[in-house]
Formats: sequence, structure tokens, C-alpha cells
Amino acid sequence: MTMAMLLDGCLVLLILGIAAWTVLARNTFPAVAGYAVYGLLLALAWVRLAAIDAALTEAAIGGGLTGVLLIRATVRLRSTEARAHAERPGPLFRIFAALLAAACAGLLAVVFLGLPDPAPTLAPMVAENLSVTGLGNAVTAVLLAFRAIDTLLEAVVLVFALIAVWSLAPNRHWGGRPGPRYTLDPDAMLAYLGRLLPPLGIIVAIYVFWVGADLPGGKFQAGTLLSAMWLLTIIAGLQDSPPVSRRWVRGLLVLGTVVFLAIGFAGWPLAGFFLAYPEDYAKPLILLIEAASMISIAVTLGLLVLGPPARSNDS
Amino acid sequence: MSTLNLYGLCGAALVGLGLYGLLAVPHPLRKILAFNLVGSGVFLLFGVVAGRGAGYGLAGDPVPQALVITGIVVAFSATALAVALLLRLHEETGSASLSPPESGEPPTV
Repeated sequence: MTMAMLLDGCLVLLILGIAAWTVLARNTFPAVAGYAVYGLLLALAWVRLAAIDAALTEAAIGGGLTGVLLIRATVRLRSTEARAHAERPGPLFRIFAALLAAACAGLLAVVFLGLPDPAPTLAPMVAENLSVTGLGNAVTAVLLAFRAIDTLLEAVVLVFALIAVWSLAPNRHWGGRPGPRYTLDPDAMLAYLGRLLPPLGIIVAIYVFWVGADLPGGKFQAGTLLSAMWLLTIIAGLQDSPPVSRRWVRGLLVLGTVVFLAIGFAGWPLAGFFLAYPEDYAKPLILLIEAASMISIAVTLGLLVLGPPARSNDS
Repeated sequence: MSTLNLYGLCGAALVGLGLYGLLAVPHPLRKILAFNLVGSGVFLLFGVVAGRGAGYGLAGDPVPQALVITGIVVAFSATALAVALLLRLHEETGSASLSPPESGEPPTV
């Protein structure tokens, strides 16, 4: 018990230390690098809270994709750093901000410690009805069966976010390719990794997706992994990013939502409700939705990192 | 359950740190980063409160955990949109400052 307490204490201190670093570091690049580490440490905290599914998602998205996104932006915004230093607020303002932030944190802590223990929970209902879905992973059952409507709408939110990002493209580049053209250096480490890692990454992603029915894992984690492999081959220069006007790109983006909706509406005549699954076919249908969503999530997340179209089709 | 409470307090502190960054750090990219700290702090608090309801043959309460997973993915998409807006602002004006150009000091670069 004391060993575990020590571990938890050290982990919390590390998390808070890195978080403070990302806020207080003078330059943006070290702060962003710190944020990637922060995502991985936070994933460890989720493991300690026995939330392995959330840990996998946090490691892949918080530590991985957000890091890539912010590092790319940092490099492009390098020239703005000096102006930001000049705009740094005075000590009085910073003391006031610190007091306000501390008051908010303190209030949250007080509210947190005063919450009822155990908290109101739906866990018994989930445990009772888990067998109906044919799944072993309760989190996947919540995502794809008990609260399927949330997951459906989330997929829609992702596509909306991508449409908003694309709409920031200058007129002349509309329909073109996002991001710069990365040149392939055949002898570079990046090209080597770009050839070595994707086959392994794809196998791991399919495994994470497949075991997600019964063990921690699932389409979000697998989709994020796939998108990371895709981005790696693009950044290494092994392939170019696709023009956003291509039909297959648009098709893959909405594939998950279309399959989800089709099965959802089929639930009306077959099982009596929107998004209800016929009793014996719940698991295969859930796996089908997850497979289609995994592909859509991978393409959407990858394109979100790459940003709006930035050059014409053939350059 | 003092370990669980430790992580809950960590979540509250993260929200505080993020709020401070949001107010006191001038660079917009750093503000986006600070906002992500607030978000992850809220998720952690939520996760800990959910952990208190564990049991019933499950490792933790799966409903909040599913919500947190959804939240992490949506937070990422919002971050991507914020970054895209910022890069577009930089492309248009050559600066990434949030204060209007006439009230601030002249840019040093």
C-alpha cells in the first residue's frame, strides 16, 4: 500500500511539474515538447485509475497526435515568438491571474472532496446487461450499444471540425493538397522508420481494434494509431497527402457515420428502436460499425493534423 | 481511498495551472496548450469521481470512462481547429498576436 502510495505521489508530482513547465517555459518549442511527455504521464495516471481504455486514448491522442499538431504549428509560428515575449503582462497582472487560478483550483478541490462517496453510478446496469451485447469490454459496450447515440454524434463532430478546418483554405487552394510537400531523403532515418513502422503499426492497430470487443482497446485507439502511421509515411516523403476534393477521401471520411446510421435505422424494423441491435447479431453488427468507424477516424484525424489545403493539386 | 483523492486533487491543480496559462501567457499557441491542460484536468477529476463508483465486477465505472474517451477525441478536434485558425491569422497578418496592432507596442520583428 505504501509502495503504491509512493508511486502515485511521484507520478502526480511529475504530472504537475511537467504541466507547470508547459505553462512557464520561456519558449514555445520546449513547452510543446513538454506537453507530449505530459500526455504520456497522464496516460500512466489513467492506468493507475484502472481506466485502461482512457489511458490508451490519452497516450495516442494527448501524447502523440496533439504533439505532432502543435510542433508543426510551432515551427510555422517561430517568427512570432519575439512579439509574444514583448507582450508579456506585468507582475501585478500575473499575481492577480495566479490568485484567480489558485482560487478556482481550490474551489474545485473543495467541491471534489465534498462529493458523495461512492458516487451515483450506472455501473450495475452496465454489468447486468453486458451479456446481451456479446461484448466483454464494458467500455466498448457503453460506446457502441448503451450510449451509441453519443458515439454517432461524436463521429459527426469530427467531420464537422474537419470541414471547419478546410474552410480556412485560401480560395486558390480549395480542393488541393493539405500541408507542404515533404521531400524524400532515401538515406534519412525518417524514411527508414517510414518503411519499417507502418506494417507493424497496422498489425498492432488491427489487434487493438479486434481485442477491443473484450479487452481494453477499440476503434478510437486503433484509428489514432493508423492515422499516425499514415502521417509518418507522408512526413517521410514516401507519399503525398491526398487532394481534399478526391471522391475516395470524402467517401472514407463519412464511411463510419454512414454504416453507423444504416445499421441504426435498420434497428427500427428489426429490433424496434433506432440504434437497437437484433438480439443475436449485436456483436457482429458492433464489430462492423467499429471497423468502418476506425477507418473514418484514421482519415479524419490525419487530415485534421495536416490542416487546410495549402497548395494546388499538382504541385 | 486516499490514492484516488490524490489524482482528483491533481486534476483540480491542473485546471488551475491551465487557467493561469490562459490568462498570463501571451502567445496564442501557448494559450491553446493551456486550454488543453484545463481540459485534461477536468477529464481526470471526472475519471476519479467515476473510479469511486467502481465494483460490480468491473474495474471502474465504464460510463464516465466512455465519456472521457469521447471527450479526449473531441478536444483534439477542437485543438486542431484552433491551431488552423491561428495559422490562418498568421498567414493573413504576418503576426499571431491577439491584441489589436494599434494599442500594443510595435512588433519587434
